[in-house]
Amino acid sequence: MSDALLSVEDLRVRFATDDGIVHAVDGISYTVETGQTLGIVGESGSGKTVSSLTTLGLTRAPNTTIEGRIMFDGRDLVSLRDDELRGIRGNEIAMIFQDPLSSLHPFFKVGKQLMEAVLTHRDVGKAAARARAVELLELVGIPDPDRRVDQFPHEFSGGMRQRVMIAMALANEPKLLIADEPTTALDVTVQAQILALLDDLQARLGMAIIVITHDLGVVAEITDQIAVMYAGRIVERASTEAIFGSPQHPYTWGLLKSIPRLDTPRDEELVPIAGRPPSLIRRPSGCFFHPRCPYVRDSHKRIDPKLEPITGDPGHSAACLLSTEVRGRIWRGLQEGEAPGQLRHLVVEEDQPVRAHAAHHSPAAEVTAEEATSEDGS
Amino acid sequence: MFRYIIRRILWGIAMLFIVSAVIFLIFYILPSADPAVLRAGRNAGPQQIAAIRHSLGLDQPIYVQYARYMRDVFLHFNFGYSYQYTIPVRQLILNRLPATIWLVIGAVIIWLGLGLSIGIISAVKRRSLMDRVSMTTSLAFISAPVFWLGLVALYLFAKDIGQFKVFDGQGSFAAASTPFEKAGAMILPWLVLAAATAAIYARYMRASMIDTMGEDYIRTARAKGLPERTVIMRHGLRSAITPIVTLIGLDVGTLLAGNAILTETVFNIPGVGRLLYQAISVSDLTTIQGITLFGAFFIVFFNLVVDIAYAYLDPRVRYT
Repeated sequence: MSDALLSVEDLRVRFATDDGIVHAVDGISYTVETGQTLGIVGESGSGKTVSSLTTLGLTRAPNTTIEGRIMFDGRDLVSLRDDELRGIRGNEIAMIFQDPLSSLHPFFKVGKQLMEAVLTHRDVGKAAARARAVELLELVGIPDPDRRVDQFPHEFSGGMRQRVMIAMALANEPKLLIADEPTTALDVTVQAQILALLDDLQARLGMAIIVITHDLGVVAEITDQIAVMYAGRIVERASTEAIFGSPQHPYTWGLLKSIPRLDTPRDEELVPIAGRPPSLIRRPSGCFFHPRCPYVRDSHKRIDPKLEPITGDPGHSAACLLSTEVRGRIWRGLQEGEAPGQLRHLVVEEDQPVRAHAAHHSPAAEVTAEEATSEDGS
Repeated sequence: MFRYIIRRILWGIAMLFIVSAVIFLIFYILPSADPAVLRAGRNAGPQQIAAIRHSLGLDQPIYVQYARYMRDVFLHFNFGYSYQYTIPVRQLILNRLPATIWLVIGAVIIWLGLGLSIGIISAVKRRSLMDRVSMTTSLAFISAPVFWLGLVALYLFAKDIGQFKVFDGQGSFAAASTPFEKAGAMILPWLVLAAATAAIYARYMRASMIDTMGEDYIRTARAKGLPERTVIMRHGLRSAITPIVTLIGLDVGTLLAGNAILTETVFNIPGVGRLLYQAISVSDLTTIQGITLFGAFFIVFFNLVVDIAYAYLDPRVRYT
């Protein structure tokens, strides 16, 4: 822990809105080491973007409450003054965003926007900044950088714009690069190029990377560690191999089973996760995932699981009330192509069937049970 | 860029042709009274009226009248003679234009200065006391009719009739000779004319700025580590002000075209608007028509300026 570049400890972010308090991030902890890549995976609204924006101080506002610690290179970013944090932003920690079409200023030339990133943090002349801009464009693989530097963003394709965004993020050789859905808005072929570029740049520059995504398939190739977020919390955290090899949380199973694969039989169906993410204002009781969990038991609606190491695998944690043994059996069953419904018997052996009277206990479960039947694939 | 400008200019000229045809239709074909009768005065006999009708060419077929009218307007810049003053309408308008230009330029500076700065601050300090107060005040100014506001301003602040004798009052612009005196005489009219427009601009600017500050590229600018001031004044303002530029062009055009009629009338400023008011009250058709055409020219011209400025401000429209 101590030699980690970034160490997030029990981070909580709440927004006061007219509808109530939004618990966007609810006590998450993770670490990233230099040269490593962490994937943060979850649906929209799971708090993955908010946690990263908070690292940069971009969620600071009068209606926001931020608690916990974000230790970066010996400093706690949560308690830094605005101007101190600004000196780190774009300098030691840089961020790229989902939509490169709207993330570049449409009225400024690409070169000017790159130079600005340099001039904000470095005491260099304009000519030097411009030379650096050309060098950066070359670094991210944009052909003819001398000419491209004087063009406007609308003269670039989507993939090229994302390369420009990456170039801008790298302007001051950051120690940490946060990539928020860096490939979501791009064509599939371009996605692969951008991911390869990030991987290559990391090998050359040695920075740490956090990739935020809703798509486990995207991060599989480039991450070392993966944290799965649900409703503002981390529900599972492990090495990439462990997440794909022996996932422990029903939500992670859902994410994995909803990735289309070429190496499985054609007739194996994709299994979408039923229901939709819970409200972060009025959250479910007990385990936040229980309204959507196919393996829910009565006690799961009351008991809030903690993120705990898996027996026998200290680097792997999950927040699930099922026993490790039962989880192992369910995952094996899922891998053999069985539907979640067919595997329910593995968990209800001790209890009475739960789904049938779920509705009597919790209003949240009632709503979600209806949604689960009416709404597929969301 | 060059082709774009040429195309906009040609379109502007075509627009003027269309407008002048419509104006011809309105003033020659559908007048409320016989122009010859108006021209002849009260005690004219039928013969005199016929003679005038002949001299004005009103006895000619419509297409001949139209050809003559278009030839005069476009080749000789001639709008005919004022029925009222018996001097060329062109002369009349050019005499009145300086006062209007004085009025408009000062008002534009005031309303831009006030409107834009209040709009920006309100957007940045959204929901603050300052935001609420200025938005409520702006609503009051937008709702207040100019003639009422003008009279209230005179009643309160004019040197002659005012409760607080601070500024020059009605008619002092016509009496002023040095530029300094003229500017002094214009202070109240400037404020009154600028008030409503400044309020509208403040609201536009605020809305535009709030929209812009929510854009992804503003988040990018912040993520770069730029000081918030630079984020707002460089990245935010640059985008937010672009739609406002369109408004400025159109508003200046319509004001020069006689839209300052109420302010000029209340403060007795000898400008184009006041001329229009006088011409309307005595049915001086050629003068009304001349001002209308002149106004159309200003509006088309400033539209052109706006289009070109827009292409300059937004690189995405440059070659389309």
